[in-house]
Amino acid sequence: MERQGCIRCSLLFVGGMIVELIKLINALPGAAAQGLIWGIMAIGVYITYRILDVADLTVDGSIATGGAVAAVMITSGWNVGVSLLAAFLAGVLAGLATGLFHTRMGIPAILSGILTQLGLYSINLRILGNKANMAISVNNFHLIVSSRNARQMSLENPILILVIFVAVLIGGMYWFFGTEYGCSLRATGANPNMARAQGINTETGKVVGLMLSNGIVSLSGALLAQYQGFADVGMGRGAIVIGLAAVIIGEVVFGKLFHNFALKLMTVAVGAILYYLVIQVVLWLGLNTNDLKLLTALVVGVFLAIPHWRSRLVSSARRKGGQHA
Amino acid sequence: MLKINHIAKTFNPGTISEKVALTDVDIHLDEGEFVTVIGGNGAGKSTMLNAISGVFQVDCGTIEIGGQDVTNLPEYKRAAFVSRVFQDPRLGTASTMNIEENMALAMRRGQKRGLRWGISAAERKMYREQLHMLDLGLEDRLGSKVGLLSGGQRQALTLLMATIRTPKLLLLDEHTAALDPKTAANVLTLTQKLIEEQHLTALMVTHNMKDAIAIGNRLIMMNAGRIVVDVSGEQKKALTRDQLMKLFEKASGEELANDRMLLS
Repeated sequence: MERQGCIRCSLLFVGGMIVELIKLINALPGAAAQGLIWGIMAIGVYITYRILDVADLTVDGSIATGGAVAAVMITSGWNVGVSLLAAFLAGVLAGLATGLFHTRMGIPAILSGILTQLGLYSINLRILGNKANMAISVNNFHLIVSSRNARQMSLENPILILVIFVAVLIGGMYWFFGTEYGCSLRATGANPNMARAQGINTETGKVVGLMLSNGIVSLSGALLAQYQGFADVGMGRGAIVIGLAAVIIGEVVFGKLFHNFALKLMTVAVGAILYYLVIQVVLWLGLNTNDLKLLTALVVGVFLAIPHWRSRLVSSARRKGGQHA
Repeated sequence: MLKINHIAKTFNPGTISEKVALTDVDIHLDEGEFVTVIGGNGAGKSTMLNAISGVFQVDCGTIEIGGQDVTNLPEYKRAAFVSRVFQDPRLGTASTMNIEENMALAMRRGQKRGLRWGISAAERKMYREQLHMLDLGLEDRLGSKVGLLSGGQRQALTLLMATIRTPKLLLLDEHTAALDPKTAANVLTLTQKLIEEQHLTALMVTHNMKDAIAIGNRLIMMNAGRIVVDVSGEQKKALTRDQLMKLFEKASGEELANDRMLLS
């Protein structure tokens, strides 16, 4: 009798495990779709953080702007494509504001971004009609992506649509940063003194880069609002950190492997997916959603510290080597 | 080719860190003149070059290049006329971009940058030929990041980039000072070759008095923000170190004994 009870007990335990695992597996497509949306956002962040070497905090505001513009336009009957374009342009304007604060008014880039971000909070509330959020249900409107279809094997599956989005975006970026003008933007970030000596207007370059970056971030906000079924004025809180997380995770995991620009952008998108998969696993392990921001901040902090720690390790190893010799 | 009319510059005026960098610089360069510039630390040599290239606006006076008044043009616009090589080899090139991309950037100095592809096949062929001339094996490394090159290689590449589109004026700011003696000599030979071949107008700041006397067809010495010695033609050819010191003493009224720059 005792043994039987034990077997029953372990069967129950295994059964419970399987149920839990299925829960996790069920959550993975959603994580992948969210990861892809944030991957688009992270590609925007990559333009400023890696290519232009500017830390731009505008994105926390501009992602919500994109969501708000898309939600309002779609609910008032506009076509999804037009709404996405409008969201992109709204982000471009946000980037322009930050760019002008920085280059024409001489405000440090980080502060310029914070100013725009703060201002955007009011603007976003205005766009949403002085409400903090707005629903766009897939039942009532034709949306391009929706979390409802995340586990469907159909052409409406958001993962498929988002992969196409990411691929087109990477293709466009590869083309743009390969052109004469794109090269001048890369030079602006790589060595501004040299860029000016070669006749490149680095100020304008930074503004254009910030505009493009925030346009892309805002576009991702428009997709995110559709995916989750609502736009929220606070949906961008901490977005920059998630974007950085994606960039850095991509670099740490694939950095040694890829040197081609398009592949590097791909690793950014993959980095965002990895981030959301990890988050999903952590939630599955029982962590509270409220603790996520703290976890993200810690993880990104550690990843940002890795290059610093690595160089200190190398130099201290050299010092020791020198003593022995 | 270059007309500097009585320019002056004071940094941080009215503060405790106020520094008078240029008191009154006035010099005209004819086409094809290759001028070496010497002077002690803080004499205003680099400041003069930076004033010409537009790193800052001067307080007074005007600067003309090739007949055009550039006094109010920003740095990036003056790049259409002026090309530069800096002392620090890392400053003249973008380390995270590869050799051909750097050259393509230099190729478009002063040109409109549009949405055409950044490098054409024909250009690539030309870059390879030009790099071959340097004899540093760089022609087979067009795709290498410039950050991987040695200081001497980078400086040679920067020189090539500075002359790939013939500038009206070439500014060299102690561009061999950070290199080891052998590499410095090679880069200097390359400098002379490029300047002679293209008949360039150039200003070269150097700490090496021997080089300053041996190279170029005109020599100026600066002190306390102005030009105190200006020697050219036959007089420059026959110039010796002792003569130069006497000229300097006469012009500045100072003893040279404590001036380290002349000990080289």
